Formats: sequence, structure tokens, C-alpha cells
Amino acid sequence: MTSANTTQVQVAPQGGRSRKRLRMQTKRVLWAWGFLALPIVFYSWIRFYPTLDAFWLSFTDWDLLNEPNFIGLDNYRQLFNDPQFWQVFKNTFTYLLAGTPISLCFAFVIAYFLDRVRFMQGFIRALYFLPFLTTASAMAWVWRWFYQPVPIGIINGLLADFGISQQPFIRSVDQALPSVLLTAIWAGVGFQIVIFMAGLRAIPQTYYEAARIDGLGEWAILRKITLPLLKPTTVFLVVFSSIGFLRIFDQVYNITTNDPGGPLNSTKPLVLMIYQSAFSSYQMGYAAAQTVVLFTILLIVSLIQLWVMRKR
Amino acid sequence: MSTAISESLMQAKARPGRILTWAVLLIGGIIMITPILFMFGTSFKDAGQVYDMRLFPEYPTLDNYIQVLSDGRFLRWFANSMGIATTVTLSNVFFDSLVGYTLAKFDFRGRYLIFLAILSTLMIPTEMLVIPWYLMSSKLGWIDTYWGVMFPGMMTAFGTFLMKQFFETVPNDFLEAARIDGLNEFQIWWKIALPLVTPALSALAIFTFLGNWTAFFWPLIVTTSQEFYTLPVGLTSFAIEQSIQWEKIMTGAALATIPTLIVFLVLQRFIVRGIMLAGLKG
Repeated sequence: MTSANTTQVQVAPQGGRSRKRLRMQTKRVLWAWGFLALPIVFYSWIRFYPTLDAFWLSFTDWDLLNEPNFIGLDNYRQLFNDPQFWQVFKNTFTYLLAGTPISLCFAFVIAYFLDRVRFMQGFIRALYFLPFLTTASAMAWVWRWFYQPVPIGIINGLLADFGISQQPFIRSVDQALPSVLLTAIWAGVGFQIVIFMAGLRAIPQTYYEAARIDGLGEWAILRKITLPLLKPTTVFLVVFSSIGFLRIFDQVYNITTNDPGGPLNSTKPLVLMIYQSAFSSYQMGYAAAQTVVLFTILLIVSLIQLWVMRKR
Repeated sequence: MSTAISESLMQAKARPGRILTWAVLLIGGIIMITPILFMFGTSFKDAGQVYDMRLFPEYPTLDNYIQVLSDGRFLRWFANSMGIATTVTLSNVFFDSLVGYTLAKFDFRGRYLIFLAILSTLMIPTEMLVIPWYLMSSKLGWIDTYWGVMFPGMMTAFGTFLMKQFFETVPNDFLEAARIDGLNEFQIWWKIALPLVTPALSALAIFTFLGNWTAFFWPLIVTTSQEFYTLPVGLTSFAIEQSIQWEKIMTGAALATIPTLIVFLVLQRFIVRGIMLAGLKG
């Protein structure tokens, strides 16, 4: 680059080249840190610092107006003695434990058969996939309308046509959570179908051909070849959708806005409780403690699932 | 195309079970989009026809759209969402790919540590960060600003990870050749490496856009006046206000859904392929 450099290369090609390479190397490292400078600021300031701050706030009595005071584990003590928290805890796990298996089984069955259909496959897949792209808050209102009593609600209207008695749906303590859950499953299943179809397509056809030659039936092929080879896809989807159900919020908030999480807290998930503690009652410290609990649950659930899946 | 159809028709003839499977799948798919169809159908009904259970009204009217759009708020929310989603998408495409490239193609001490640190943020749920973010926003005057809505999402670990995976498949020879040609490192990334990962880049752009277009939780928290609402938050407040005027609520919901449907119809192939890529790599 400089004339001095060129002379050096002429005099001592070996040493000069390595020195040049060294300088190139230093230059590249400087470029790398230059590229990373702004992102490092971003991740430290917008991700890492707030994470630590959330832990710290969970040990304070901060209420947005007064200075936060350190109160130790009081928030956690209060939380674990709060009957509402245990109701919310139960609801959150109901969303998880019902939502994940139901939506994954449904998605697998659809994907399995859709994979074999050639005619208009893309069109049919699009029908299942479309709900995934819609805005959750918009669709929650559509479903809310569906769940209304006669003469407004479509579902009750249909039931009436078949002579089935009216159902209260989102107005009932027992039916509200399943009704909300159905909305969430409906919205998410298209994504899972697409991922399952990608997984199915990745299995080499030769495996199936070999199995057929060996005289295995369809059911045996499914159990011995398809499902085991689909394990990575399944693990990904189980973790991904579990996290989704544990963090459910948009649907619940919009379907039950007049009494968020109601009736009688029967649909309230943890994220909604966090939202209300923080932004309706301004108990920031208490809400921060709830976010730490949510974080712990998410971590444990993902670790258990990864561990279980790896062992098999 | 035509050969594929005739081939599948022959298959269908050979196995009547296939026709049944196909029909069941089609009916299931139609049931899946029924809520969306009803939403659109009702948005064309006047108040008197709402309780008519027909999917599409006997006398369709555009009155709901005219009324909902004429109060101007929807256009504002629409513009807010469009501006926010676009800006965040551009930022992600730029920074996620730059960081992904640096982590994939540069060799320096601490590279792995930075990669792990960025990945570790995937484990932190947004819900845990919103309270500190809210505090930060209120101290810095970011409540009720576009920047307030946008700042948490300007870069994402998921996007960085996705881009790193793809940049690793770019052969080093291409980059070396550009280096010999005298391009600087930024130019090499921008002119040589970036065009080679266009599929991943477009997948990232589509996801980021759709994710931000439909985002609800943080915009709900950080905006308090209607001018700065995004479309989903605006729709919720609009729907509460309309209480039982379902035809108006459905019109609002339809207006919030139409842009994603257009994006889907135009980019369907890319979206599905992108989800497959991201799902399997991520």
C-alpha cells in the first residue's frame, strides 16, 4: 500500500508478507469491532441492563411515584400467598398443557395427509395458514362476536338450528378458557402445519421405498420411520408452541376487555396479571417479581423439554 | 402444471381413498377461514342485517367502511403501523445481517462470547423487560413517541442467528477475491456477501414486518394517546368504543387484516419458504 511497504516486500519478501498479513489481520479485527460497536451498545442497554433491572425491581416496593426501596423477598412472599396468583398459574398451565398437544396433533395429522395430496396442495395449505398471519387482536374480536348468545353469535345460532341448547361460552367460568384457547390454537396451527410439512419433505423417499419393499404397512412406516425422523421438527415445535401458550395475552385481553381475564379470573394468564399489576395498579415491584416467575417457568419448561427429547 | 394435475387425477382414480382425504382436507381448510370470511361478510352489512346469519349480505353496503375511514383515526393508525413496521424492518435487515456476517466471517478474540451473549437474550421473555423499558421510556420522554414503540425491536437475536447461519454458507473465496480487488470490509459485506443471502434476508424482512405489524403488548403499554396507537392497539380501543355495533367492529378488524392478506397473496411463496427456512434453522 505505501511505498515503504513495497520496498520491504522487495527486500525481504518472506518477512514483509507476513507483516503485511499481520496488519491486514489487525485491520480486519478493527473493522469487526466497528461493525459490532452499535449492536453492543444496543444489546447492553436495551437487553442486558433491563434484565438485571427487572431482577432488582422485583426486590423493591416501587410504585412509579416514590423511590424504590429494597424489601427483599416480600414481593415473592406476597405473590405466593395471593390466591389470584395460583388461579393464574393454573390457567397458564391449562393453556400450555391443553394447547400444545391439541394443536400439535391436529397440525401433524393435517400435514401428514396434506403432504400426500398433490392437487391444489398450495391452495389448501394456504387456507390453514391464513389465520396465522392475521392480527390477533382483530381475530379475537371476530371470535368474541362468534361466542355471543343468540341472536348475535354465529355459533349459538348454528347450535339453535340443530336444536342444541345455548352455550354461554366466554360468559361462563367453565367454558371461557377453552373458548379463548380455541382461538389461539386456530391462529397458530397453520405455522405448525407448514413446519411439519417441511420436516416430512426432508425425509428421503428411499427410506419409504425400502420399507415398502420390506413389506411394512403404512402404520408401521409412520411409527418406525416418519415419527422418529421427524423428532427434530417436533422438538422445535413443542418448545416453540409451549413458549407461545405460556405467554398468551393478545387473545385473552381482547376477548375479555370489559373484565380482563374474566369471568372471575377464569381466563387470566400470567402475562395479563403482570400487565394489570404494573399498568393498572402501578405495583411495579410486584409485577417485576411476576415477570421473574414467568422467566423461571419458561426456562424450566424449555430445559425439561429439551432434556426429555434428547434422552429418547 | 397440467401434467401434475393429470398425474394426480390418475392417482386419484387409482385410489378413491385419496379423493376422500383431499375432500376432508379442503373442507377443514374452508372451516379454518370461516371466521375471516364472516368478518368480511359482516363488514358489508348494515346494522339491520347483522343478525342475518348469511355469510354475505343480501344488500351489501360500503357504509361501514365510509364511516370508519372518514373519522380519520384508522388512517392515522394505519400510517403509524406502516411507518413503525417498515423502520424496524429496515433496521433489523441492516443490523442483524451486519452482526450475523461479522460473527460468521471475521476471526477475532471474543467472537464466540459475543455470539453467546446475543443468543442468550432469546431466553429473556419480552414481558420481563417491559417494566424497565417503561421506566426508561418515561425518564427519557419516549412515552407516546414512535421511537418509544420502535426502540426495543431495532435488532433481534433471532435475526442475527438466522443471518449468521446463512453467511456461513457463503464461500470465503468470494470475499477474498473482493479483498484483492481492493474493496473495504463494508463494501465486501454490502456488495458481495449480502446479495448472496437474499432469500434469508427477504425471509427476515417479511417476518420482522409481520411481527411488528401485529405486535400488541409493548405498543399497548408505551402509547397512551390515540395519535400514537398502532393499528392493533387502535382497533382494540375502537372496538371497545363501538360496544355492540358488531358491523363496525368487523369493519375495523377487516381494515387491520387486509394489509397482511395483501402481503400474503403477493409473497405467499416467500413466506412459506421463509418459515420453513427459519423454522428448521432456528
